[in-house]
Amino acid sequence: MEERKRKSIQNPEEIEKSLQRIAHEILEKNKSGKDLVLIGIRRRGVTLAKRLSSKIKEIAGIEVPMGVLDITLYRDDLSEIASQPVLRKTEVPFSVKNKKVILIDDVLYTGRTIRAALDAIIDLGRPRFIQLAVLLDRGHRELPIRADYVGKNVPTSQREMIEVRLVEDDGIDEVIIQEV
Amino acid sequence: MPLQSKDLLTIEQLSVDEINLILDTADSMKEISTRDIKKVPTLRGKTIINLFYEPSTRTRTSFEIAGKRLSADVVNISTSSSSVVKGETLKDTGRNLQAMNPDLVVIRHSVAGAPKILADSLSASIINAGDGAHEHPTQALLDAFTIREKKGSIKGLKVAIIGDIAHSRVARSNIHALNKLGAEVVIYGPFTMIPPFIERMGVKVARSMDEAIKDMDVIMMLRIQMERQSRFLFPSLREYSIFFGLNLDRLKDAKEDVLIMHPGPINRGVEISPEVADGPYALILEQVTNGVAVRMALLYLLIGK
Repeated sequence: MEERKRKSIQNPEEIEKSLQRIAHEILEKNKSGKDLVLIGIRRRGVTLAKRLSSKIKEIAGIEVPMGVLDITLYRDDLSEIASQPVLRKTEVPFSVKNKKVILIDDVLYTGRTIRAALDAIIDLGRPRFIQLAVLLDRGHRELPIRADYVGKNVPTSQREMIEVRLVEDDGIDEVIIQEV
Repeated sequence: MPLQSKDLLTIEQLSVDEINLILDTADSMKEISTRDIKKVPTLRGKTIINLFYEPSTRTRTSFEIAGKRLSADVVNISTSSSSVVKGETLKDTGRNLQAMNPDLVVIRHSVAGAPKILADSLSASIINAGDGAHEHPTQALLDAFTIREKKGSIKGLKVAIIGDIAHSRVARSNIHALNKLGAEVVIYGPFTMIPPFIERMGVKVARSMDEAIKDMDVIMMLRIQMERQSRFLFPSLREYSIFFGLNLDRLKDAKEDVLIMHPGPINRGVEISPEVADGPYALILEQVTNGVAVRMALLYLLIGK
């Protein structure tokens, strides 16, 4: 195997600061927090949604409903990937009809995951609007999709891999960039 | 780890990991059927053919709904109105269907092994929806799913299967599935309906109805199959229901949290009394609901790639 250069590009404080800022921005754009719901994309997006939800509660004292989205059944590359992805549960325990949905994922890259997520949400009902929050935007979009809230823009080459690791899932908060 | 074969012909062929993968996937599929828009785009452009050589409402409808909720195109062929009545062989029917390039064929046939013949001669995936007295794998999977949902786990549970074991593909598939998942299986029925050497499948034969009911976590009642030989193996329906039927009086000796299951269609008042079939412990309709989720899971796992 080729030698891989592994570099940590974000530490726990930076991740925390990004989320704090995103929480403030979400509340700024959606003043009262009325009809606001958070939907995280499995799996790191769910962890980030949980953190954002508790930050919003700290800042504004409002309880925002949270949902979990698995986009497996909406992927456009099922026929192309070698191993079939394992299906996990979608758990959105509220109606999205007329809600202000904040969709959350860790990394925005080609935009294909977000396209799948948008279709999945709209199949659940017709929200008032959907906004997108991501911890990192690494560029290289293949679809006309952009985020409303970005923790950090990270210029990357397509040969690099970005991995977000979070305490709840991986035991540590960090972002790693790795050349393949 | 995905499923190893392109087909689902038997429970016997499945590993424990494969069974658990199917049940876990079904668990995630179940929610789709509770939505306002009960459809996801996963199998768009895939073609599924339901080829039923025996009558069926539940299983055929369940496969059709499962396919449609995943956006597949589902075609039903009932053999009474097809070229089968003109004498076409199974293999020829299969070849002709294959020429139209389906992705999956669901087959029910009165002859054991018929799905295997189709699986060997077609490149499409085959699901066995019941072949003779051999196997009915999707029924056993939905039964296992239902038990697991209620009890959390199947390991260590005591499960009784009561009725015409000899002619029951449901019993055979369930025995394989429950054994693999670690349950203790007890069977009971008229001795004319207990196959010799059935113990070799890893089950215990109860000596009385009381023994088959007491201490059981799950009791599965089998249908008396009037359309098969069943009716020649006992003197009368009335006598069968007295000695082998499940009624409220019998249930007094059962565990307080016993689950009552039946693959349907039920013969009310024969193998199961209406009070039991409609009672609080009966899961008969939940089994049907879960059947759709389990079949959606199988369709995804077999052709969702």
